[in-house]
Amino acid sequence: MAIRAEHEIHTRRKGRNVGVGLMLGGFVVLVMVLTFVKITQTDFTRAPGTANPPAAVGGQD
Amino acid sequence: MTDVSQTPALENEAELGDYFALLKPRVMQLVVFTALVGMLAAPASVHPVIGFASILFVAIGAGASGALNMWWDADIDSVMRRTAKRPIPAGKVQPGEALALGVGLSFLSVMMLGLSANLLAAGMLLFTIFFYAVVYSMWLKRATPQNIVIGGAAGAFPPVIGWIIATGSFSVEAWLMFALIFMWTPPHFWALALFMRSDYDDANVPMLTVTHGRPATRRHIMAYTVLLALLAVGTGFTAIGGYIYLTVSVVLNLLFLIGAWRIWQRDEAAAEADNYMVERKFFRLSLYYLFLHFGAILVEASLRTWGMGGW
Repeated sequence: MAIRAEHEIHTRRKGRNVGVGLMLGGFVVLVMVLTFVKITQTDFTRAPGTANPPAAVGGQD
Repeated sequence: MTDVSQTPALENEAELGDYFALLKPRVMQLVVFTALVGMLAAPASVHPVIGFASILFVAIGAGASGALNMWWDADIDSVMRRTAKRPIPAGKVQPGEALALGVGLSFLSVMMLGLSANLLAAGMLLFTIFFYAVVYSMWLKRATPQNIVIGGAAGAFPPVIGWIIATGSFSVEAWLMFALIFMWTPPHFWALALFMRSDYDDANVPMLTVTHGRPATRRHIMAYTVLLALLAVGTGFTAIGGYIYLTVSVVLNLLFLIGAWRIWQRDEAAAEADNYMVERKFFRLSLYYLFLHFGAILVEASLRTWGMGGW
């Protein structure tokens, strides 16, 4: 049998590796975007478990 | 020199799609859809990125439990015609790989859902994976004809998780969506067991058709369908219902009841004569049944954001 540079098995492995790579890349991007959203949504000025300050919920002036 | 084309192990080497198949993509579709409806029907808004990520992690968790199920059930999957081509019985993926993938993705999905949504949602996802992989697959499936009834809870949790992602708590409406899937599962699978005649017998899985006989299974389908119809139509009068849901539900439940009645009224000779046409039609209708019920809940929720829908 002639030696070919790329056997069908190599193509299959390449497809698998590219797929895993893309998924890992996507996961990294997702975690980055999620972190950004979480940080921008969180009010770091108030202690965990406490209620929002009156101004934040449209309370009295 | 070794000719790689002659080596069976290499010839059978898995593609990426084989690993994906371990995650039961069709079940994942249902999980994604029902969890999404649960999240959107909840009376709380979710940031689109958090919502997307959370539903993705629920889907990965569902996939992980599918991989664990395939690892545990590889022996009976190879016997049943319906499952013989799954990656493990087909020799594409080794059982150990499926176990590693299932355990790894379970931890990843639960941990990430806890970070993206809240700990209660993550806890519910962990319980769902445990329920499907351990309670259903390992304990119930081969032990009792009630396997489908109790095990159906695993498939019913996603809308509850979706609701918790949005609200951080449980509610009656979330449990009504749970009950809808829970009550739908037995007639759906028993209809399948009726026309996939020998599969469960060959695999020694104690389905109702095997332990109590086929006439008893037909009676059970009828009984569960009546209870399901009451529940489904009743849900129309709650906060997640409305005119659209109620109309869809009444029509679907009438069709479902007619189907169940026809299954109940015929015997095996009649079923064999037309190659289980009535049972097959009932099974197909059951797929539309669930999709359209949850679709109607979604429509009502969408209309509510525009000041319409609901009661």
